[in-house]
This record gives sequence, structure tokens and C-alpha cells, in this order.
Amino acid sequence: MSSTDTRMKVSVWRGDHEGGEFQIFDVPAQDSQTVLDVVAWIQQNDDPTLSYRFACRVGMCGSCAMMVNGQPRWTCRTHVKKVLKDNCIEIGPLRNLPVIKDLAADMDPFFEKWVKAEGVFHPSKTRNDQIEEIDPASVQRVKADAGIECINCSVCYASCDTVAGNPDFLGPAALNRAWTLYNDSRDAGSRKILDAVSGAGGCHNCHSMGSCAHFCPNGLNPMDAIAGLKRATAAAFFRRRT
Amino acid sequence: MIRPHRTHPLWYAFILHRVSGALLALFLPAHFWVLSMALNEAARLDGFLAWTDMPLVKFAEFGLVFLLAVHFFGGLRLLALELMPWTSRQKTLAAGAVGLSVLVSGTFFLQAV
Ligand code: SF4
Ligand code: SF4
Ligand code: FES
Repeated sequence: MSSTDTRMKVSVWRGDHEGGEFQIFDVPAQDSQTVLDVVAWIQQNDDPTLSYRFACRVGMCGSCAMMVNGQPRWTCRTHVKKVLKDNCIEIGPLRNLPVIKDLAADMDPFFEKWVKAEGVFHPSKTRNDQIEEIDPASVQRVKADAGIECINCSVCYASCDTVAGNPDFLGPAALNRAWTLYNDSRDAGSRKILDAVSGAGGCHNCHSMGSCAHFCPNGLNPMDAIAGLKRATAAAFFRRRT
Repeated sequence: MIRPHRTHPLWYAFILHRVSGALLALFLPAHFWVLSMALNEAARLDGFLAWTDMPLVKFAEFGLVFLLAVHFFGGLRLLALELMPWTSRQKTLAAGAVGLSVLVSGTFFLQAV
């Protein structure tokens, strides 16, 4: 990594769940630098009390998401040159989640909603049964596969205005997971899933604003998944009445 | 100002649909009021219709038709988005086809009148 003499002005949010403010750091610019590199540089060279979260640094674990210039991003795979504006960057904790400290947001509400949306596998077989053969090209499986690569980063959750306005809304990631399981032929919980996602905070709250699909770093489309749930719950409603 | 996490086409489509819907809802009472004149006060209606011939009012009518078109196609977009189990590509193609046919048939219509 070759370093140059140029330096950047980086505003980093400091504080906890009670509030805080942006603090400005002067950080040397380097080639191929990611936003996570910038945060790490500050913590290692300027202020060791800065809190943030990361693990894999290669876009697999989903723990490094933050707001960068007001947009949610996976920081380990966001290049500085993509987001640098007038030599400045603003970095804050993920939106729509309580802040633990500085850049580390509390992910509990996010994961609790996965469980609430029945985003857990409901086995249909025991270990004594034959392993089921799944045709990867079947319509059902293609639908399930479309949403399977979620890394639980909460970028979509932070981008969603419906989450911001309604704390009970299950949110794009949990609903995307529910839709994936609903289409998984090995999952025995489709009825449970539809009940869980059609309640007060369920899929019908979504206004199809598409921020989730726009920002998902893995190119998933939770908005489409939610539309699928809307159709499935509506169809189930009419089936039950007749 | 539009906050950074909202600056993308799908959100603009959403807000256009919302705002046009709200403005049309505000216009509706006036619309019904004028229609009611046709039943009860024919002379006043004629006076009003003369007023609508003024260029500025004509221009405002254009705005109204524009709002209606925006809201109509926004609604079609939403219906397709939520009700059709199509892929994004199929939806883009369908939207393109609708747009094109409206343009072509609209041109024919304008030439005919
Ligand atoms: S499409 Fe729905 S879930 Fe996605 S950001 Fe918009 S309101 Fe939230
Ligand atoms: S759907 Fe995308 S943005 Fe949302 S948690 Fe999963 S990987 Fe992250
Ligand atoms: S650190 Fe694992 S996804 Fe960024």
C-alpha cells in the first residue's frame, strides 16, 4: 500500500444511546482504502477509545455496516474513493437501531424480528429419513435461492423509512428470510410464517419504497420478497374464507 | 432536502405517487362542487366554464391532467410490482411497452381531434 501526503477530513459520530456528536479526525489517504480501514486507522493511531464492529473484512459476516454520508453501507467493501466528497467523509452508526457506543449499533431488535417473522427453520424430517432431493432448477427453489445470500448486515433495515416510522415493522431482512423459508420445500412452517408476517408489523406495512433493494450490498431484493409475502398472505386469506 | 438514503429512482417513484395522490384528493371537493352546479345552478356553471377558458386556468388544467397521469401510471406500476410474480426484467419490459403504446396511441388521438 503506497501512502501519499494527502489527508482527509473524517467526521465520526461519538456517543451512546443518550446522544452524542460528530468528532473530526485527520486521516492519511491511501490507495485501495476502505471506509473500515479509515475507522481502524483512527482507532489504532489517534483515539483508541473509538468503538466499532467488524470481523471478516471481506463482506461475509455482516458486522461492519455503518452510515456513510447518510447512506447505509458495508464499510469493509466500500472504497473511500467511491464516497469521498470534497475530501470529507461522514461516518455514523446504523440508522433505526439503538446505539451502544460510537459506531457500534445494538443489533438485538434486528435479530429479534427475524425470530418474530418465523425466520427460523421448521424441520419436516428427522435424521432417520432419507435426504430429500432438491432440484435447483425448480420454480420454488429458484424463488428461495433469490434471497438466500443475506449476510444479516442490517443495511436494508437502516435504509427503510417504514422501520423508522413503525418500530413494530419486522423489516426487509426478516421478511426476506421468511419468504425464503416459505419457498423452501424442506420447511414445514409455511402456515406459521404466513401468520407471523401478516400481523400488525408484517409485510403489509411495506410501502414498496425500494430502499432495501437499492442498498442491499449483496444485490438481494427484499421488496420483491415482501411483495411475494403480500400475495401469499392475501391468497391464504381468501382460501381460508371459502 | 431529500436525505441521502432516499436518493434513488424507486423512492422518487414512491414520493411522486404520494404527492400526486394527496394533491388530487385536495382537488376532489372542488371538482364535485363544480359538478353539482350542473344540477342546481346551470347559469353559474356557464360562467365558470367561461372562466376556465383563460390561458392561466388552462395551464392549471394541464397540471391537473399531469397529476392524474402520474398517479394513474404510478398505481399501475405499484400493482405490477406487488401483484405480478414477475422478474424485475419482465417488469421493466412491461413498463416500457405500456409507455410506448401510450405514446403512440396518444399521438394518434391528438391527431384525430
Ligand atoms: S420496500 Fe418496504 S421494506 Fe424495503 S425499504 Fe421500502 S418500505 Fe422498507
Ligand atoms: S437483505 Fe441485504 S441488506 Fe438486508 S441484511 Fe441481508 S444482506 Fe444485508
Ligand atoms: S467485516 Fe464482515 S462484512 Fe464487513
